[in-house]
Amino acid sequence: MNQRTSPLAFLGKIEGLPVLGVLALLFGAFIFTAPDVFTKPLIYMSFLQTVPPPLVLGLGLTLVITAGEIDLSFPAVVAFAGFAFSWAFKNLPMPVAPWIGVLIALAGGALVGYLNGLLVAKIGVPSIMATLAAQFFWYGATVLLAGGLQLNIGEVERTAVHHLLTGRIFGIIPAQAIWALGLAVLLWFILNRHKFGEAIMFIGDNPNVAQVMGIDVVATKIKLFTLMGMIAAFAGLLLTIEINVFFPTQGAGFMLPVMAAVFIGGTLISGGQGSVIGTLFGSYIIGSLQAGVVATGITSYWVQSVMGLIMAVAVALNVMIGEGRLARLSSRISHWSMPVRR
Amino acid sequence: MVDAPAQHCAVRMVNIEKYFGLVCALKKISFEVSQNEIVGLIGDNGAGKSTLVKILTGVFPPSSGELYIADKRVDLKAYNVKRAHALGIETVYQDKSLGEKQVLWRNFFIGRQVTLPFGFIDVKKEKEIANEIMINMIGFRGKGITVDSKVSKLSGGERQGVAIGRAMYFDAELIILDEPTVALSLKEVRKVLNFVHKIKEGGKACIYISHDIQDVYEISDRFIVMDRGEIVASLEKKDITLKALHEFLLEYAHGLKDSDTKEFA
Repeated sequence: MNQRTSPLAFLGKIEGLPVLGVLALLFGAFIFTAPDVFTKPLIYMSFLQTVPPPLVLGLGLTLVITAGEIDLSFPAVVAFAGFAFSWAFKNLPMPVAPWIGVLIALAGGALVGYLNGLLVAKIGVPSIMATLAAQFFWYGATVLLAGGLQLNIGEVERTAVHHLLTGRIFGIIPAQAIWALGLAVLLWFILNRHKFGEAIMFIGDNPNVAQVMGIDVVATKIKLFTLMGMIAAFAGLLLTIEINVFFPTQGAGFMLPVMAAVFIGGTLISGGQGSVIGTLFGSYIIGSLQAGVVATGITSYWVQSVMGLIMAVAVALNVMIGEGRLARLSSRISHWSMPVRR
Repeated sequence: MVDAPAQHCAVRMVNIEKYFGLVCALKKISFEVSQNEIVGLIGDNGAGKSTLVKILTGVFPPSSGELYIADKRVDLKAYNVKRAHALGIETVYQDKSLGEKQVLWRNFFIGRQVTLPFGFIDVKKEKEIANEIMINMIGFRGKGITVDSKVSKLSGGERQGVAIGRAMYFDAELIILDEPTVALSLKEVRKVLNFVHKIKEGGKACIYISHDIQDVYEISDRFIVMDRGEIVASLEKKDITLKALHEFLLEYAHGLKDSDTKEFA
């Protein structure tokens, strides 16, 4: 075999590196086009505050998509968990109320996920249909329980739960950014270094192989959907506690950006292979796009098109580097640009 | 039938029957495979070969009958794929033995990982052992394939080599090869047959299922012929030539031997 190794060949082997490159390019472009905004720390602090909820969702979804499944119910779980917390906070005795709220929200998310898992793995409903139905159902249930009203929980700012989940470390760094990063590290280890993660990859790759090699496909999928439900509830908590208010349609805008972040990160839509690190960077790409493009001063009519363009380029770059095409291209470019050595 | 009481049986089936509803898929199947023996299982589509293999590997239970592995009777109610693995029955399938997008070292250990506490995988150890298997058991050397290669980069024959090496590493007493050479080029078929020879050198038993009579003839010590859910013949290789075996099978294919089936069943 004649494989030319180029100095850039290693790039495709390091997980998440292509997406990190895109993120760096993007921020470089923003610094260039909107220096007033992007040379000051404020905008970055604001990203660290707004990106974590969709990032947390993306991390969970990465595992689900790696298993060859999809979960469309997570926006509703965000709302459901936000309501569960807010209700507990308003109605339970004070010192313990927020803690119980967190527990109820996470348990609620786990329950939704568990039911999704049963539908998909036990009964055999395609996950896209099962979780779409779940999204309708749990949004409906949330609106019903909340009476269609929003709940203001401004007093949550004085609680330890608020400081723990969404406080400002050293007065500036949003705690949710650290939580999201911690979850990314944990899920990276689960996917890449744990039996559960290996089961997820093989199921996404080929469920028949997983089955004959002794993996309990049904149990693994149920666990996975339950985990996704809990993670979505956690994202709901981060969101609700940060903005101090629950509203019945919260989370609705997350669906497509979160999916875009996962796929930009290099997780295969066909399953079998997922990149937690890619999703981490992908989420920051998606999360900073709108603010960044607006800050460049482009006419607002252009904003969406430019966002779409950047997404397409990001995915294309990822595919090319992942397949080693960029490495080959770079070796060809260096071949063209340098005088022939003898 | 072969009867050598001194020799251990890797596996023995006695009067195994399988019904799917009212349809009888297997009728009073009795046969055995000795240690260090390669048995070729031959039969047309629908003869019941896959059903037999699935019962043997614990994918589903038979309707009645007895199964012995290493001379011990198996409790068929508690028998499943995991149990079969524990008892040393390994299967190499035509196409569902390996995860395509996964690296080799993961494929070697999927389902029975070397673990650290809390279920985390000991990657270093797994790679070490996988490398050992690749070099010593299946002789992958200097082909640009490492334990970090993805299965999708391997040729069909190499894939079967990995699956066979894995089965041997996990101390299989009986390796079942279910159509391992379908859709492979002649050169690749040759590789697979070489791997099968290694199974016998390792002192293990093997059931080789294939449509290709020529491969089966070359590799096997004995042939079991199935037709419509029954074993219709068990032939020693020394008693029959490839040509005679071929003709024998053709006669079944044309339904000429219908009246004789009873005496073998």
